[in-house]
Amino acid sequence: MGHDGHNGDVTAPTPVETEKPESDAIVELEDPWSTVVWNDPVNLMSYVAFVFRTYFGYTEEKATRLMLAVHEDGKAVVSSGRREEQERHVQAMHEYGLWATLERSDV
Amino acid sequence: MKPFRRRRRGTVTATFQLNEAQLLANLASQIIELLEDRNGPRESEPDPLAQLVGMTGPVSPPEDPVLARLLPDAYRDDPQDAAEFRRFTEQTLSAGKVANARVVIDTLREGGLDVGAANVEVELDAGQVMAWLRSLTDIRLALAVRLGIETEEDVERIAESGDDATLAMGDVFDWLGFVQETLVQVA
Repeated sequence: MGHDGHNGDVTAPTPVETEKPESDAIVELEDPWSTVVWNDPVNLMSYVAFVFRTYFGYTEEKATRLMLAVHEDGKAVVSSGRREEQERHVQAMHEYGLWATLERSDV
Repeated sequence: MKPFRRRRRGTVTATFQLNEAQLLANLASQIIELLEDRNGPRESEPDPLAQLVGMTGPVSPPEDPVLARLLPDAYRDDPQDAAEFRRFTEQTLSAGKVANARVVIDTLREGGLDVGAANVEVELDAGQVMAWLRSLTDIRLALAVRLGIETEEDVERIAESGDDATLAMGDVFDWLGFVQETLVQVA
């Protein structure tokens, strides 16, 4: 279930409860950056959804929707916000072995 | 292998045959070796002060395609941003992956690999589960690169290969996927 245990001396970022509303309120952010996760043929669908649930604290439904978007569209924006925050998320995705990049949000 | 299951006391357990445990530990060691070839064990860093302020990290992506997948660029279209990000983060990322692989090896040893037990029973707490999930991912990513898997069709192509070595590696790749799937289900 939703625990992101620490393992050894890994400095895994603490899971962040994202307060992003479902609306497009993102336009109000000063410096909007996005964490984009890319599809790969290796990572299990169950694992990708698990990562989105565990790390971002997303609901099962949202995590599954994002996982399917990655799988079917080739990529998906999984989080948006300040640059430093999104850099932490990208680093965390790389710790999980997901292929993620930072992009300026298209707004 | 008996799939992962959750125990009443909260831990997660699975049983591997000795040869499976040896294979897994061997693959995890290879990941460690590969990562340390590039970033080295921490104690060998030449300049502790520079390391302290995070100034010593590499700026170029690895040439080895396995390492390039394990330590990817964070910016796709901006090499300068990618280099800067890498300089400050790659060593931490790499050290984390090494630590995760060590957890896999250590828990297999504790489970009986060290004495050559016919059945190696690992028991994982929450933190060790995360280390296993991440390290299984790293190992599968590494195998996929070596197998030339870039698309979902490539995965099917492996099964039809006439080359015994490719088939064998493909079997290991599939098996690791099964191991990971059973672990995700109870995580």
